[in-house]
Amino acid sequence: MSGATKPLNPRGTKYEKVDFPVFEFPVVGKARYNYTTGQALGRFLAGLKEGKILGTYCAKCGRVFVPPRMYCSYCFREVDGWIEARDEGVVVTAVLSYISATRARLEKPVAVGVIKLDVPGRQFDDHFFPGLMHYICGASEDDVKSMRIFGARVKAKWKPPEQRTGSITDIECFEVVRP
Amino acid sequence: MTGRNINFKHRVAVVGAGMTLFRSRMLETPQELAWLAAKQALDEAGLTLKDIDCVVIGSAPDAFDGVHMKGEYLAEGAGGIHKPTVRVFVGGATGVFVPIAAWWHVASGLCKRVLAVAEEKMSHAAKPHTQYVFRYIWDPIVEKPLNPNLIWIFAMEMHRYMHKCNVKKEDIALVSVKNKRNACGHPSAQLCMPNITVDDVLKSEVLVWPVQLYDISPTTDGAAALVLASEEEARRITDTPVWVKGIGWTLDTTHWTNRDLAYPEYVRRAAEMAYRMAGIDNPRKQIDVAEPYDPFDYKELHHMEGLGLAKKCEAPILTREGVTQRDGDLPINPSGGLLGVGNPIAAAGLMKVAEIFWQVRGEAGARQVKKPVYTGLAQAWGDLMQAGTVIVMGI
Ligand SMILES: [Zn+2]
Repeated sequence: MSGATKPLNPRGTKYEKVDFPVFEFPVVGKARYNYTTGQALGRFLAGLKEGKILGTYCAKCGRVFVPPRMYCSYCFREVDGWIEARDEGVVVTAVLSYISATRARLEKPVAVGVIKLDVPGRQFDDHFFPGLMHYICGASEDDVKSMRIFGARVKAKWKPPEQRTGSITDIECFEVVRP
Repeated sequence: MTGRNINFKHRVAVVGAGMTLFRSRMLETPQELAWLAAKQALDEAGLTLKDIDCVVIGSAPDAFDGVHMKGEYLAEGAGGIHKPTVRVFVGGATGVFVPIAAWWHVASGLCKRVLAVAEEKMSHAAKPHTQYVFRYIWDPIVEKPLNPNLIWIFAMEMHRYMHKCNVKKEDIALVSVKNKRNACGHPSAQLCMPNITVDDVLKSEVLVWPVQLYDISPTTDGAAALVLASEEEARRITDTPVWVKGIGWTLDTTHWTNRDLAYPEYVRRAAEMAYRMAGIDNPRKQIDVAEPYDPFDYKELHHMEGLGLAKKCEAPILTREGVTQRDGDLPINPSGGLLGVGNPIAAAGLMKVAEIFWQVRGEAGARQVKKPVYTGLAQAWGDLMQAGTVIVMGI
């Protein structure tokens, strides 16, 4: 072991806002994207408008896909058909966000998590399951922090049909089902 | 599975490394940072740019530098003009993917000496916050409408891991404490906090529970570079080449809500590929020092388990027992990692590979681990718990 410390003389200069001019440019206008919803997610979104959570399944490997795909990426073949998941499931993981998308502090934290959905007649382990990320409502901060929320049953709280637009936000949140 | 059909013509060695200061808000442009690191790596190898056959550039999301097609943009500073030059990027996993791509350039016989450069400048995109740039990693249809911030997914993964392995926040905070203290030995480090305690981490600002401010690496600008060469060239260039013994990389699905987050499958598969190539069947015994990717403290634990350096759920125990300290039996991130040295995404991964190079050569100074280093490992991870890259190096 030698005494030398690499990297030798690391270069680069830190600047402070006050002592160096920065060239700033704003994004001109408001750039927006029009994403195609595609074949699988298009039908999924149409299903949400009707209050249904739709998925697809591969008969070869038995996987159920929610969000749906039109192909099984594991078997690399077309899926065998559509399946309706219940709008209920269990919380696999949940957190409390104290910051917004732009890192501003929120007044009240928001609970979000991953929900493993029920599909009648099918069983899923932890390794592959139909699952969605969504807001979780009806849980206290302590329910999340203490991890009591893990494994809790939740049910989709739908917007009224006339307010639905065919978006994941047609579900307001997944609400904890109190026994 | 992976790795069974890998054939190559030449053994490959690393013969030089360089890196810039890692800091938020650097005066230099991305091209200038790339040049500083690349020049240092060439100098250390005793080469000039005319000795270089091919150039590999790594940089992760274009959106950070605010420049379209960053590979082409960086080529100037990375020495890529009028040479076969390519940019690779797999999100955070990019930094280790750069030497992997450089490896295949050399191993195939295509190029004899390759310059591998990684750069990231996160502080450009600071409005409204660097966080905002990460919006583009979410699924546009089923996730973005929920208005997520990046930390959501990592908090969800961390909490799932804590739940499944019964890990306390105190145990995870120990990683942050270790790495931010280790960074004090690093001349490039952004966060040297010699007196930080678990309590400081637990009292830091809560961002997305269970993630707090000191659980996360800082936003950073910086660049790192390596020179790789074929066996014949390497022996001509230096008496102490460090051999690339194994490489591995894999992708998992972007549908991260369909799989268990408690164990990083993307690392396991990449590691298996690298270990098979390197002839490693007991990583816990055969790896002398490791630099797993640690942009969050729990990620070091997660990745140790994916790499087989700890059994499932065992990494927090090894950490508590001091096994992962710089003078421990299995030193993990003796450099200070991303939590201490900083996180210029692609450059942070390449910094880890450079660290292993210096550790194997015994040139890491204050960071040098106490046990002899014959074999070291660096690993990086990118995107939605998805991309894994692993490199094993040694004498
Ligand atoms: Zn299938």
